[in-house]
Amino acid sequence: MTMQTTLAIEASGLGKSFGETRAVAGVDLAVPAGTVYGVLGPNGAGKTTTIRMLATLIPPDQGSARVLGHDIVSDADAVRGLVSLTGQLASVDEELTGRENLVLIGRLLGYSRAAARARADELLEAFDIAEAAGRLVKHFSGGMRRRLDIAASIVVTPQLVFLDEPTTGLDPRSRNQVWEIVRALVAEGTTILLCTQYLEEADQLADGIAIIDRGRVIAEGTPGDLKASVGTGSLHVRLRDPGQRGAAAELLERMVGQVALAPEPSALSATGADAGQAAVAVAELTRAGIPLAHFTLTQPSLDEVFLSLTGHPTEETAAADDTLREQLS
Amino acid sequence: MTTTTREPTGADTAAVRRAISASPRPPRPGPLSAALTFGWRGMLKVKHVPEQLLDVTVTPVMFLLMFTYLFGGAIAGSTSAYLDYTLPGLLVMSVLFTTVYSGISLNTDLTKGVVDRFRSLPIWRPAPLVGALLGDSVRYVVAGTVIVVVGVALGFRPEGGVLGAVAALALVVVFSFGLSWVFSVLGLLMRSPNAVMNAGFMAIFPLTFLSNVFVDPATLPGPLQAFVDVNPISVLATASRSLMAGSPDGTAIVVSLAVAAGLAAVFVPVTTRLYRSR
Ligand SMILES: Nc1ncnc2c1ncn2[C@@H]1O[C@H](COP(=O)(O)OP(=O)(O)O)[C@@H](O)[C@H]1O
Ligand SMILES: [Mg+2]
Repeated sequence: MTMQTTLAIEASGLGKSFGETRAVAGVDLAVPAGTVYGVLGPNGAGKTTTIRMLATLIPPDQGSARVLGHDIVSDADAVRGLVSLTGQLASVDEELTGRENLVLIGRLLGYSRAAARARADELLEAFDIAEAAGRLVKHFSGGMRRRLDIAASIVVTPQLVFLDEPTTGLDPRSRNQVWEIVRALVAEGTTILLCTQYLEEADQLADGIAIIDRGRVIAEGTPGDLKASVGTGSLHVRLRDPGQRGAAAELLERMVGQVALAPEPSALSATGADAGQAAVAVAELTRAGIPLAHFTLTQPSLDEVFLSLTGHPTEETAAADDTLREQLS
Repeated sequence: MTTTTREPTGADTAAVRRAISASPRPPRPGPLSAALTFGWRGMLKVKHVPEQLLDVTVTPVMFLLMFTYLFGGAIAGSTSAYLDYTLPGLLVMSVLFTTVYSGISLNTDLTKGVVDRFRSLPIWRPAPLVGALLGDSVRYVVAGTVIVVVGVALGFRPEGGVLGAVAALALVVVFSFGLSWVFSVLGLLMRSPNAVMNAGFMAIFPLTFLSNVFVDPATLPGPLQAFVDVNPISVLATASRSLMAGSPDGTAIVVSLAVAAGLAAVFVPVTTRLYRSR
């Protein structure tokens, strides 16, 4: 093998319009095999349309892509034989039971009746849905439905799984369960293309991230790269003596950047710190006779990355702001 | 961090990993096998929600009772004479109504994400559509059987006997296969299952009433009679009547089958095209 890494997905200039709407406006992607690649963007950014093109559900009207070495248009059938899709809307049949769903997929993939049943039971057990297996999926909780959905994607081991917003609408516990499953999939060598609106999710799971907005990739890199490109994080300190907070604030304002006082009387933080500045500031505080109980340097959140890249906040933040504005007016 | 301090995750990671690696790909199923699997899916739905059969049987039975007892005497002189005339036609109506539901259930599927999964599988592309129609044929047979059985309970005694009734039912079901592709197209074009239902019944209600299902066209004014005579539903009702009467009308049967084949020839390609691009 050469130095070059194998690419599971190579897309160049991929585009798709629906009437007047330019849903995807020329997307380039290079997803290394065996990694989780996050496509991060707000609602309506074109994530689902991109996935649907790559999974051969709809043809692109511009550009081209190869998935696992096969062209998504001329060799669509070969692509379908190697990938699985867990769509944004749960891609399971609500009017069937959990087990029937998995048996159905098993049969469609060529298993005999008995083998499909055995495989279904194995998956139900592994994904902790065995107890509910005989219930209609429409009565499943959101978390169980998602797990079933992902189980249906691995009835035969796929080389690549498309996951479209797998944790949207889930409670934190169910979200963690899905994340564990994603990690297990990657550990077994599966490549994952993960679309998400959640910055934290991409940060948690993805090795590489493309941020897309209005159908275009506006930034690409590792989560660390993207944060570094925004430059700065925050230094959070907690003082031994709350009475010294004024002095500490003055010093940090001078040495680091904008200071914010925390609700806790002994804590404050300064944004705009890189590691070097922060180290000097911490030393300076101690030298000035302001002992610290604790300090941390955090990287900027991907929320901040998004804002600095697009000039507008993510949908969620904007919605929260709107609610706040309404409440204030 | 050790695994013991980890919050239980619902899905056991080791088991998930085993399950992921455990599964080599079997050879792909053939087109027929895939379609039959989708047919099986259709039947599971009927099994889980048998009430959906009520929709398609209650309305025709209501029409049967209403027309026979309310208008039967006035139209045909006696209720039993009218039953003999109208039952073979009601069989047609009952089964044709059911075809609208094929479009509705296809549209319901499309509003859910499950179709995306089907379309991402390496299977014969039209398999979900063909399979759904195979599954629907069970509904057609149930709808048709109910109407005939209720008719017999009310005193309908076809000259053609059981054989004639079965032949009529078979013809109507075959015709429905052809017609259901029209509603599949509607199912693919319309925005909601309700819209499909409205459009479907808006088309099929007037066509059924402007046929010879309920009245002998000889009593109608000229232009209307001309329309009723060429209405394929009239032809099918005539064929159904002739089979039940034990004296098959070859022309009506052949024309019915030809219309069904024609509908399929036009609408199958349209359906598969739309299904692919949606
Ligand atoms: N089938 C469709 N018909 C018309 N417009 C569509 C369709 N699918 C997506 N769009 C539009 O394309 C844009 C991108 O949508 P989508 O890919 O679903 O974004 P995301 O998944 O990032 O939320 C949106 O403006 C959406 O309304
Ligand atoms: Mg989406």
